Amino acid sequence: MIIKTEKDIPSSEITPPEIFQERRKFIQMLGLTLAGANIPSAFAGDNKVFSNLAKSATPDNSLKPTPVELVKNYTNYYEFTFNKDDSTKLAQSMVIDPWSVEISGEVEKPATYHLEDILSQQTLEERIYRFRCVEGWSMVVPWVGFSLANLLKMAKPLSTAQFVKFTTIEQPETMPNQREKKMLDFPYVEGLRIDEAMHPLTMLAVGMYGEKLPKQNGAPLRLVVPWKYGFKSIKAIVKIELLKKPPLTTWNKSAPQEYGFYANVNPAVSHPRWSQNSERLLGSGFFTSRRQTELFNGYGEQVASLYKDMDLRHFF
Amino acid sequence: MNALIKNLWTVTLVVCLLPLLLLGLDVVFDNLGSNPIQAVHIRLGDWSLRFLCIALTITPIQTITRWRGMPEYRQLFGLFAFFYASLHFLVYLLVDHNFNWSLIIMDIIESPYIWFGVFAYIIVFLLGITSSKFAMKKLGKNWKKLHRWVYLAAIASVIHYFWQLKGNLAEPLLYAIIISLLLSFRIFTWFTARQLGKMMIPKGRGDE
Repeated sequence: MIIKTEKDIPSSEITPPEIFQERRKFIQMLGLTLAGANIPSAFAGDNKVFSNLAKSATPDNSLKPTPVELVKNYTNYYEFTFNKDDSTKLAQSMVIDPWSVEISGEVEKPATYHLEDILSQQTLEERIYRFRCVEGWSMVVPWVGFSLANLLKMAKPLSTAQFVKFTTIEQPETMPNQREKKMLDFPYVEGLRIDEAMHPLTMLAVGMYGEKLPKQNGAPLRLVVPWKYGFKSIKAIVKIELLKKPPLTTWNKSAPQEYGFYANVNPAVSHPRWSQNSERLLGSGFFTSRRQTELFNGYGEQVASLYKDMDLRHFF
Repeated sequence: MNALIKNLWTVTLVVCLLPLLLLGLDVVFDNLGSNPIQAVHIRLGDWSLRFLCIALTITPIQTITRWRGMPEYRQLFGLFAFFYASLHFLVYLLVDHNFNWSLIIMDIIESPYIWFGVFAYIIVFLLGITSSKFAMKKLGKNWKKLHRWVYLAAIASVIHYFWQLKGNLAEPLLYAIIISLLLSFRIFTWFTARQLGKMMIPKGRGDE
Protein backbone atom coordinates (compact mmCIF):
# COMPACT_ATOMS: atom_id res chain seq x y z
CA MET A 1 0.00 0.00 0.00
CA ILE A 2 1.05 3.56 -0.47
CA ILE A 3 1.52 5.36 2.76
CA LYS A 4 1.26 9.06 2.57
CA THR A 5 3.66 10.90 4.81
CA GLU A 6 3.17 14.26 3.29
CA LYS A 7 3.24 16.05 6.57
CA ASP A 8 5.86 18.77 6.39
CA ILE A 9 8.59 18.35 8.94
CA PRO A 10 9.71 21.68 10.29
CA SER A 11 13.47 21.93 9.92
CA SER A 12 13.73 22.87 13.58
CA GLU A 13 12.47 19.43 14.51
CA ILE A 14 14.87 17.44 12.42
CA THR A 15 17.78 16.14 14.42
CA PRO A 16 21.06 17.55 13.10
CA PRO A 17 23.07 14.71 11.56
CA GLU A 18 26.04 15.12 13.89
CA ILE A 19 23.86 14.69 16.97
CA PHE A 20 22.19 11.73 15.37
CA GLN A 21 25.55 10.15 14.62
CA GLU A 22 26.70 10.77 18.14
CA ARG A 23 23.67 8.99 19.51
CA ARG A 24 24.28 6.17 17.13
CA LYS A 25 27.86 5.83 18.32
CA PHE A 26 26.75 6.00 21.92
CA ILE A 27 24.25 3.22 21.46
CA GLN A 28 26.79 1.10 19.63
CA MET A 29 29.31 1.71 22.35
CA LEU A 30 26.90 0.33 24.87
CA GLY A 31 26.67 -2.76 22.72
CA LEU A 32 22.94 -2.49 22.63
CA THR A 33 22.46 -3.09 18.97
CA LEU A 34 22.97 -6.18 16.94
CA ALA A 35 25.97 -6.16 14.65
CA GLY A 36 25.02 -4.37 11.50
CA ALA A 37 21.57 -3.50 12.74
CA ASN A 38 20.39 -0.28 11.24
CA ILE A 39 19.09 2.23 13.66
CA PRO A 40 16.01 3.55 12.01
CA SER A 41 16.07 7.26 11.61
CA ALA A 42 12.37 6.99 12.24
CA PHE A 43 12.90 7.17 15.97
CA ALA A 44 15.67 9.62 16.39
CA GLY A 45 15.96 10.46 20.06
CA ASP A 46 13.99 13.48 21.13
CA ASN A 47 12.78 14.19 17.68
CA LYS A 48 9.07 14.67 17.85
CA VAL A 49 8.40 13.77 14.28
CA PHE A 50 8.85 10.45 12.58
CA SER A 51 10.20 10.33 9.07
CA ASN A 52 11.16 7.66 6.56
CA LEU A 53 8.38 5.42 7.76
CA ALA A 54 8.37 2.02 6.16
CA LYS A 55 5.49 1.09 3.97
CA SER A 56 3.09 -1.13 5.77
CA ALA A 57 2.05 -4.52 4.52
CA THR A 58 -1.41 -4.06 5.97
CA PRO A 59 -4.52 -3.94 3.85
CA ASP A 60 -5.26 -0.76 2.05
CA ASN A 61 -8.82 0.18 2.68
CA SER A 62 -8.17 3.76 1.60
CA LEU A 63 -9.25 5.05 4.97
CA LYS A 64 -9.30 8.75 5.61
CA PRO A 65 -7.71 9.59 8.96
CA THR A 66 -9.84 11.38 11.52
CA PRO A 67 -8.67 14.97 12.18
CA VAL A 68 -5.83 14.68 14.70
CA GLU A 69 -7.28 17.17 17.18
CA LEU A 70 -10.35 14.98 17.62
CA VAL A 71 -8.20 11.92 18.29
CA LYS A 72 -6.01 13.79 20.76
CA ASN A 73 -8.94 15.13 22.76
CA TYR A 74 -11.23 12.16 23.11
CA THR A 75 -9.54 9.42 25.07
CA ASN A 76 -10.62 6.98 27.71
CA TYR A 77 -7.86 6.92 30.28
CA TYR A 78 -9.51 5.81 33.50
CA GLU A 79 -6.26 6.09 35.47
CA PHE A 80 -6.69 9.84 35.15
CA THR A 81 -10.39 10.55 34.71
CA PHE A 82 -13.67 9.05 33.54
CA ASN A 83 -14.14 11.98 31.20
CA LYS A 84 -12.80 11.72 27.66
CA ASP A 85 -12.09 15.47 27.37
CA ASP A 86 -10.17 15.82 30.62
CA SER A 87 -7.52 13.16 30.05
CA THR A 88 -5.73 15.38 27.53
CA LYS A 89 -4.68 17.76 30.26
CA LEU A 90 -4.39 15.36 33.18
CA ALA A 91 -2.18 12.84 31.39
CA GLN A 92 0.52 15.46 30.80
CA SER A 93 1.84 14.92 34.32
CA MET A 94 2.79 11.35 33.47
CA VAL A 95 6.48 10.50 33.53
CA ILE A 96 7.40 8.44 30.47
CA ASP A 97 11.12 8.92 30.23
CA PRO A 98 13.01 6.65 30.80
CA TRP A 99 10.76 3.73 29.90
CA SER A 100 11.44 0.04 30.03
CA VAL A 101 9.38 -3.00 29.22
CA GLU A 102 9.65 -6.35 30.96
CA ILE A 103 9.08 -9.44 28.85
CA SER A 104 8.76 -12.59 30.90
CA GLY A 105 6.85 -15.79 31.51
CA GLU A 106 6.90 -18.65 29.02
CA VAL A 107 9.86 -17.36 27.04
CA GLU A 108 13.40 -18.53 26.43
CA LYS A 109 14.88 -15.09 26.99
CA PRO A 110 13.06 -13.10 29.66
CA ALA A 111 14.46 -9.59 29.81
CA THR A 112 13.76 -5.99 30.58
CA TYR A 113 14.39 -3.73 27.63
CA HIS A 114 14.79 -0.02 27.44
CA LEU A 115 12.28 1.31 24.97
CA GLU A 116 15.06 2.74 22.79
CA ASP A 117 16.64 -0.69 22.55
CA ILE A 118 13.38 -2.21 21.41
CA LEU A 119 12.92 0.50 18.85
CA SER A 120 16.47 0.28 17.57
CA GLN A 121 15.64 -3.21 16.35
CA GLN A 122 12.33 -2.40 14.74
CA THR A 123 11.47 -0.83 11.46
CA LEU A 124 8.66 1.57 12.17
CA GLU A 125 5.67 1.60 9.87
CA GLU A 126 2.65 3.79 9.48
CA ARG A 127 -0.58 1.82 9.51
CA ILE A 128 -3.98 3.40 9.06
CA TYR A 129 -6.50 1.44 11.12
CA ARG A 130 -10.08 1.83 12.14
CA PHE A 131 -10.47 2.15 15.90
CA ARG A 132 -13.87 1.17 17.32
CA CYS A 133 -14.73 1.86 20.95
CA VAL A 134 -17.13 -0.40 22.84
CA GLU A 135 -19.09 2.78 23.63
CA GLY A 136 -20.21 3.08 20.02
CA TRP A 137 -17.86 5.64 18.46
CA SER A 138 -15.00 5.14 16.08
CA MET A 139 -12.13 6.88 14.40
CA VAL A 140 -9.45 6.22 11.82
CA VAL A 141 -5.91 6.58 13.10
CA PRO A 142 -2.58 6.47 11.28
CA TRP A 143 -0.51 4.71 13.93
CA VAL A 144 3.27 4.52 13.88
CA GLY A 145 4.75 1.31 15.21
CA PHE A 146 5.66 -2.28 14.47
CA SER A 147 4.20 -5.76 14.69
CA LEU A 148 3.94 -7.12 18.20
CA ALA A 149 5.13 -10.45 16.79
CA ASN A 150 8.55 -8.91 16.07
CA LEU A 151 9.01 -8.03 19.72
CA LEU A 152 7.71 -11.35 21.02
CA LYS A 153 10.12 -13.20 18.74
CA MET A 154 13.01 -11.36 20.41
CA ALA A 155 12.08 -13.09 23.66
CA LYS A 156 11.60 -16.48 21.95
CA PRO A 157 8.24 -17.74 23.21
CA LEU A 158 8.14 -21.35 24.39
CA SER A 159 5.57 -23.74 22.96
CA THR A 160 3.77 -23.52 26.30
CA ALA A 161 3.02 -19.83 25.74
CA GLN A 162 -0.68 -19.74 24.89
CA PHE A 163 -1.64 -16.25 25.99
CA VAL A 164 -0.07 -12.83 26.34
CA LYS A 165 -0.76 -10.52 29.26
CA PHE A 166 -0.07 -6.79 29.06
CA THR A 167 0.15 -4.45 32.03
CA THR A 168 -0.03 -0.65 32.15
CA ILE A 169 2.36 1.31 34.31
CA GLU A 170 1.55 1.93 37.97
CA GLN A 171 2.16 5.60 38.61
CA PRO A 172 -0.23 6.58 41.40
CA GLU A 173 1.63 9.83 41.99
CA THR A 174 0.50 11.09 38.60
CA MET A 175 -2.64 9.00 38.09
CA PRO A 176 -5.41 10.19 40.43
CA ASN A 177 -7.75 7.24 39.98
CA GLN A 178 -4.95 4.75 40.58
CA ARG A 179 -4.10 6.63 43.74
CA GLU A 180 -7.69 6.69 44.95
CA LYS A 181 -8.40 3.16 43.72
CA LYS A 182 -11.48 4.33 41.85
CA MET A 183 -13.75 2.04 39.89
CA LEU A 184 -11.29 -0.36 38.22
CA ASP A 185 -8.70 -2.65 39.70
CA PHE A 186 -5.45 -0.98 38.64
CA PRO A 187 -2.95 -1.48 37.13
CA TYR A 188 -4.87 -2.03 33.92
CA VAL A 189 -4.37 -5.48 32.42
CA GLU A 190 -5.22 -6.74 28.96
CA GLY A 191 -4.62 -9.99 27.16
CA LEU A 192 -4.57 -11.77 23.84
CA ARG A 193 -4.43 -15.35 22.72
CA ILE A 194 -0.97 -16.12 21.30
CA ASP A 195 -2.23 -16.41 17.72
CA GLU A 196 -3.96 -13.03 18.06
CA ALA A 197 -0.77 -11.54 19.47
CA MET A 198 1.34 -12.96 16.64
CA HIS A 199 -1.10 -11.81 13.96
CA PRO A 200 0.52 -9.34 11.55
CA LEU A 201 -2.24 -6.76 12.11
CA THR A 202 -1.53 -6.60 15.84
CA MET A 203 0.89 -3.80 16.51
CA LEU A 204 2.66 -1.87 19.19
CA ALA A 205 2.39 1.83 18.50
CA VAL A 206 4.82 4.56 19.54
CA GLY A 207 3.35 7.30 17.42
CA MET A 208 0.39 8.56 15.45
CA TYR A 209 -0.01 11.07 12.66
CA GLY A 210 3.76 10.96 12.12
CA GLU A 211 4.48 12.16 15.65
CA LYS A 212 5.24 10.52 18.97
CA LEU A 213 2.16 9.32 20.77
CA PRO A 214 0.60 12.01 22.95
CA LYS A 215 0.48 10.90 26.58
CA GLN A 216 -3.30 10.68 26.65
CA ASN A 217 -3.21 8.39 23.62
CA GLY A 218 -1.00 5.86 25.39
CA ALA A 219 2.58 7.09 25.22
CA PRO A 220 5.17 5.87 25.01
CA LEU A 221 4.08 2.39 23.96
CA ARG A 222 0.60 1.01 23.41
CA LEU A 223 -1.07 -1.97 21.85
CA VAL A 224 -3.30 -1.62 18.81
CA VAL A 225 -5.56 -4.53 17.85
CA PRO A 226 -7.76 -3.08 15.12
CA TRP A 227 -10.43 -5.81 15.02
CA LYS A 228 -11.17 -5.59 18.75
CA TYR A 229 -12.92 -2.95 20.84
CA GLY A 230 -10.61 -0.15 21.88
CA PHE A 231 -10.30 -1.16 25.52
CA LYS A 232 -8.21 -4.16 24.40
CA SER A 233 -5.60 -1.76 23.00
CA ILE A 234 -3.90 -1.14 26.32
CA LYS A 235 -1.84 2.01 26.89
CA ALA A 236 1.53 2.77 28.50
CA ILE A 237 2.71 -0.85 28.58
CA VAL A 238 5.46 -1.79 31.04
CA LYS A 239 5.05 -5.55 31.19
CA ILE A 240 4.38 -8.28 28.64
CA GLU A 241 4.03 -11.78 30.04
CA LEU A 242 3.56 -14.95 28.06
CA LEU A 243 1.31 -17.34 29.91
CA LYS A 244 -0.13 -20.83 29.76
CA LYS A 245 -3.58 -19.61 30.78
CA PRO A 246 -5.69 -16.59 29.85
CA PRO A 247 -5.04 -13.60 32.10
CA LEU A 248 -7.92 -11.99 33.96
CA THR A 249 -8.28 -8.70 32.12
CA THR A 250 -9.39 -5.49 33.83
CA TRP A 251 -12.81 -4.88 32.25
CA ASN A 252 -13.59 -8.57 32.20
CA LYS A 253 -12.91 -8.68 35.93
CA SER A 254 -14.94 -5.53 36.56
CA ALA A 255 -18.04 -6.63 34.61
CA PRO A 256 -17.64 -10.17 33.22
CA GLN A 257 -21.14 -10.31 31.73
CA GLU A 258 -20.50 -7.10 29.77
CA TYR A 259 -16.87 -7.26 28.65
CA GLY A 260 -15.48 -10.57 27.47
CA PHE A 261 -11.89 -11.64 27.00
CA TYR A 262 -12.14 -11.59 23.20
CA ALA A 263 -14.03 -8.32 22.70
CA ASN A 264 -14.00 -8.70 18.93
CA VAL A 265 -15.93 -5.97 17.16
CA ASN A 266 -19.20 -7.61 16.15
CA PRO A 267 -22.39 -5.78 15.19
CA ALA A 268 -24.44 -8.93 15.79
CA VAL A 269 -23.42 -9.32 19.42
CA SER A 270 -24.86 -6.51 21.52
CA HIS A 271 -23.48 -5.26 24.74
CA PRO A 272 -26.06 -6.28 27.39
CA ARG A 273 -27.20 -2.66 27.70
CA TRP A 274 -26.66 -1.25 24.22
CA SER A 275 -26.51 -2.21 20.59
CA GLN A 276 -23.18 -2.57 18.79
CA ASN A 277 -24.83 -2.42 15.39
CA SER A 278 -23.69 1.09 14.50
CA GLU A 279 -21.06 3.64 15.43
CA ARG A 280 -20.50 7.37 15.31
CA LEU A 281 -17.41 8.08 13.24
CA LEU A 282 -15.73 11.07 14.87
CA GLY A 283 -15.43 13.96 12.48
CA SER A 284 -18.57 13.10 10.55
CA GLY A 285 -20.92 16.05 10.63
CA PHE A 286 -24.35 16.77 11.99
CA PHE A 287 -27.15 15.06 10.06
CA THR A 288 -24.88 12.30 8.79
CA SER A 289 -25.98 8.88 9.88
CA ARG A 290 -23.99 6.68 12.16
CA ARG A 291 -22.16 4.03 10.19
CA GLN A 292 -22.96 0.35 10.16
CA THR A 293 -20.39 -1.47 12.31
CA GLU A 294 -18.54 -4.23 10.48
CA LEU A 295 -17.75 -7.71 11.75
CA PHE A 296 -14.17 -7.71 13.10
CA ASN A 297 -14.22 -3.98 12.41
CA GLY A 298 -13.77 -4.68 8.71
CA TYR A 299 -10.71 -6.92 9.17
CA GLY A 300 -12.62 -10.19 8.78
CA GLU A 301 -10.66 -11.22 5.72
CA GLN A 302 -7.48 -11.20 7.78
CA VAL A 303 -8.68 -12.47 11.14
CA ALA A 304 -11.91 -14.45 10.79
CA SER A 305 -9.94 -17.69 10.48
CA LEU A 306 -8.65 -17.23 14.03
CA TYR A 307 -12.19 -17.82 15.30
CA LYS A 308 -13.59 -20.20 12.74
CA ASP A 309 -14.92 -22.88 15.09
CA MET A 310 -15.97 -20.55 17.86
CA ASP A 311 -19.39 -19.37 18.89
CA LEU A 312 -18.80 -15.61 18.85
CA ARG A 313 -21.89 -15.02 20.96
CA HIS A 314 -20.48 -17.16 23.72
CA PHE A 315 -16.90 -16.00 23.37
CA PHE A 316 -17.77 -12.32 23.14
CA MET B 1 -48.11 42.42 42.63
CA ASN B 2 -49.92 41.30 39.51
CA ALA B 3 -47.31 42.98 37.34
CA LEU B 4 -44.54 41.29 39.24
CA ILE B 5 -46.07 37.90 38.71
CA LYS B 6 -46.54 38.70 35.06
CA ASN B 7 -42.87 39.68 34.77
CA LEU B 8 -41.79 36.64 36.75
CA TRP B 9 -43.59 34.50 34.24
CA THR B 10 -41.73 36.08 31.32
CA VAL B 11 -38.42 35.91 33.13
CA THR B 12 -38.99 32.24 33.88
CA LEU B 13 -39.80 31.55 30.28
CA VAL B 14 -36.61 33.19 29.07
CA VAL B 15 -34.51 31.42 31.68
CA CYS B 16 -35.98 28.08 30.63
CA LEU B 17 -34.92 28.78 27.05
CA LEU B 18 -31.38 29.81 28.00
CA PRO B 19 -29.97 26.25 27.94
CA LEU B 20 -31.10 25.94 24.34
CA LEU B 21 -29.55 29.28 23.43
CA LEU B 22 -26.24 28.37 25.07
CA LEU B 23 -26.24 25.01 23.33
CA GLY B 24 -26.85 26.76 20.03
CA LEU B 25 -23.87 29.03 20.69
CA ASP B 26 -21.69 26.02 21.53
CA VAL B 27 -22.69 24.41 18.24
CA VAL B 28 -21.95 27.58 16.29
CA PHE B 29 -18.58 28.12 17.96
CA ASP B 30 -17.63 24.45 17.76
CA ASN B 31 -17.30 24.22 21.51
CA LEU B 32 -18.53 20.68 21.96
CA GLY B 33 -15.38 18.60 21.68
CA SER B 34 -14.60 15.61 19.50
CA ASN B 35 -18.11 14.16 19.51
CA PRO B 36 -20.42 17.15 19.18
CA ILE B 37 -23.48 15.14 18.19
CA GLN B 38 -23.34 13.11 21.36
CA ALA B 39 -22.64 16.27 23.35
CA VAL B 40 -25.79 17.96 21.99
CA HIS B 41 -27.82 14.82 22.55
CA ILE B 42 -26.68 14.44 26.16
CA ARG B 43 -27.09 18.14 26.96
CA LEU B 44 -30.71 18.08 25.82
CA GLY B 45 -31.40 14.90 27.77
CA ASP B 46 -29.84 16.43 30.87
CA TRP B 47 -32.05 19.51 30.64
CA SER B 48 -35.16 17.45 30.14
CA LEU B 49 -34.39 15.53 33.33
CA ARG B 50 -33.57 18.75 35.18
CA PHE B 51 -36.89 20.35 34.22
CA LEU B 52 -38.69 17.20 35.23
CA CYS B 53 -37.06 17.42 38.66
CA ILE B 54 -37.91 21.13 38.93
CA ALA B 55 -41.54 20.45 37.99
CA LEU B 56 -41.69 17.75 40.64
CA THR B 57 -40.53 20.10 43.39
CA ILE B 58 -43.49 22.44 42.92
CA THR B 59 -46.06 20.29 44.72
CA PRO B 60 -43.89 19.72 47.80
CA ILE B 61 -43.19 23.46 47.93
CA GLN B 62 -46.93 24.13 47.77
CA THR B 63 -47.59 21.59 50.50
CA ILE B 64 -44.97 23.07 52.76
CA THR B 65 -45.69 26.76 52.14
CA ARG B 66 -49.44 26.29 51.63
CA TRP B 67 -49.11 28.79 48.78
CA ARG B 68 -51.36 27.76 45.92
CA GLY B 69 -50.20 30.16 43.26
CA MET B 70 -47.86 27.77 41.50
CA PRO B 71 -49.68 25.19 39.37
CA GLU B 72 -48.97 27.28 36.25
CA TYR B 73 -45.28 27.03 36.97
CA ARG B 74 -45.51 23.29 37.49
CA GLN B 75 -47.16 23.07 34.10
CA LEU B 76 -44.55 25.36 32.54
CA PHE B 77 -41.59 23.36 33.87
CA GLY B 78 -43.29 20.11 32.89
CA LEU B 79 -43.79 21.41 29.38
CA PHE B 80 -40.14 22.42 29.21
CA ALA B 81 -39.19 18.88 30.25
CA PHE B 82 -41.36 17.70 27.36
CA PHE B 83 -39.79 20.28 25.05
CA TYR B 84 -36.19 19.28 25.82
CA ALA B 85 -37.07 15.57 25.73
CA SER B 86 -38.59 16.08 22.27
CA LEU B 87 -35.44 17.82 21.05
CA HIS B 88 -33.35 15.05 22.62
CA PHE B 89 -35.38 12.45 20.72
CA LEU B 90 -35.33 14.46 17.49
CA VAL B 91 -31.55 14.85 17.65
CA TYR B 92 -31.25 11.09 18.04
CA LEU B 93 -33.44 10.44 15.01
CA LEU B 94 -32.30 13.21 12.72
CA VAL B 95 -28.89 14.57 13.74
CA ASP B 96 -27.37 11.24 14.82
CA HIS B 97 -29.11 8.88 12.39
CA ASN B 98 -30.37 11.14 9.62
CA PHE B 99 -33.58 9.06 9.74
CA ASN B 100 -31.71 5.90 8.79
CA TRP B 101 -34.61 3.77 10.03
CA SER B 102 -32.92 0.39 9.76
CA LEU B 103 -30.13 1.56 12.05
CA ILE B 104 -32.58 3.32 14.38
CA ILE B 105 -34.88 0.33 14.76
CA MET B 106 -31.98 -2.04 15.34
CA ASP B 107 -30.49 0.34 17.88
CA ILE B 108 -33.73 0.66 19.84
CA ILE B 109 -34.42 -3.08 19.79
CA GLU B 110 -30.93 -3.99 20.95
CA SER B 111 -30.40 -1.28 23.56
CA PRO B 112 -32.30 -1.83 26.82
CA TYR B 113 -31.21 1.57 28.10
CA ILE B 114 -33.10 3.16 25.22
CA TRP B 115 -36.30 1.27 26.14
CA PHE B 116 -36.40 3.23 29.38
CA GLY B 117 -35.88 6.45 27.45
CA VAL B 118 -38.71 5.63 25.07
CA PHE B 119 -40.99 4.67 27.97
CA ALA B 120 -40.21 7.94 29.75
CA TYR B 121 -40.79 9.91 26.56
CA ILE B 122 -44.18 8.31 25.90
CA ILE B 123 -45.32 9.33 29.38
CA VAL B 124 -43.93 12.85 29.12
CA PHE B 125 -45.57 13.16 25.70
CA LEU B 126 -48.97 12.09 27.05
CA LEU B 127 -48.66 14.44 30.00
CA GLY B 128 -47.56 17.24 27.70
CA ILE B 129 -50.55 16.97 25.38
CA THR B 130 -52.99 16.68 28.29
CA SER B 131 -51.56 19.55 30.30
CA SER B 132 -54.11 22.16 29.21
CA LYS B 133 -57.05 23.22 31.37
CA PHE B 134 -59.31 21.91 28.64
CA ALA B 135 -57.81 18.42 28.78
CA MET B 136 -57.90 18.57 32.55
CA LYS B 137 -61.64 19.18 32.52
CA LYS B 138 -62.23 16.59 29.84
CA LEU B 139 -60.31 13.88 31.69
CA GLY B 140 -61.82 14.69 35.07
CA LYS B 141 -60.66 12.29 37.75
CA ASN B 142 -58.47 10.39 35.32
CA TRP B 143 -56.28 13.44 34.79
CA LYS B 144 -54.71 13.14 38.22
CA LYS B 145 -54.25 9.41 37.79
CA LEU B 146 -52.53 9.94 34.46
CA HIS B 147 -50.31 12.71 35.72
CA ARG B 148 -49.08 10.62 38.64
CA TRP B 149 -47.16 8.66 35.98
CA VAL B 150 -44.69 11.51 35.97
CA TYR B 151 -42.84 9.68 38.73
CA LEU B 152 -42.47 6.61 36.54
CA ALA B 153 -41.14 8.85 33.79
CA ALA B 154 -38.60 10.33 36.19
CA ILE B 155 -37.45 6.93 37.42
CA ALA B 156 -37.23 5.58 33.86
CA SER B 157 -35.20 8.65 32.81
CA VAL B 158 -32.64 8.06 35.52
CA ILE B 159 -32.35 4.38 34.56
CA HIS B 160 -32.04 5.48 30.92
CA TYR B 161 -29.19 7.75 31.99
CA PHE B 162 -27.11 5.51 34.19
CA TRP B 163 -27.64 2.33 32.21
CA GLN B 164 -25.72 3.63 29.24
CA LEU B 165 -22.62 4.54 31.21
CA LYS B 166 -19.48 2.48 31.45
CA GLY B 167 -17.92 4.27 34.36
CA ASN B 168 -18.75 7.39 36.27
CA LEU B 169 -22.15 7.11 37.89
CA ALA B 170 -21.98 10.25 40.03
CA GLU B 171 -24.36 12.41 38.00
CA PRO B 172 -27.19 9.91 37.49
CA LEU B 173 -26.85 9.07 41.18
CA LEU B 174 -27.50 12.73 42.02
CA TYR B 175 -30.74 12.66 40.00
CA ALA B 176 -31.71 9.34 41.58
CA ILE B 177 -31.31 10.89 45.04
CA ILE B 178 -33.32 14.01 44.14
CA ILE B 179 -36.14 11.97 42.65
CA SER B 180 -36.26 9.54 45.55
CA LEU B 181 -36.45 12.45 47.99
CA LEU B 182 -39.30 14.01 46.03
CA LEU B 183 -41.07 10.70 45.74
CA SER B 184 -40.68 9.88 49.43
CA PHE B 185 -42.10 13.29 50.29
CA ARG B 186 -45.19 12.42 48.25
CA ILE B 187 -45.48 9.01 49.87
CA PHE B 188 -45.05 10.59 53.27
CA THR B 189 -47.84 13.17 52.72
CA TRP B 190 -50.07 10.53 51.22
CA PHE B 191 -49.45 8.27 54.21
CA THR B 192 -50.12 11.00 56.79
CA ALA B 193 -53.27 12.04 54.94
CA ARG B 194 -54.43 8.44 55.09
CA GLN B 195 -53.68 8.22 58.80
CA LEU B 196 -55.64 11.42 59.35
CA GLY B 197 -58.48 9.99 57.30
CA LYS B 198 -58.51 6.88 59.44
CA MET B 199 -58.81 9.04 62.52
CA MET B 200 -61.93 10.46 60.91
CA ILE B 201 -60.69 13.96 61.04
CA PRO B 202 -62.59 15.68 58.28
CA LYS B 203 -59.91 18.32 57.67
CA GLY B 204 -58.05 16.52 54.88
CA ARG B 205 -55.11 17.98 53.06
CA GLY B 206 -56.56 17.95 49.64
CA ASP B 207 -53.81 20.03 48.18
CA GLU B 208 -51.79 17.20 46.80
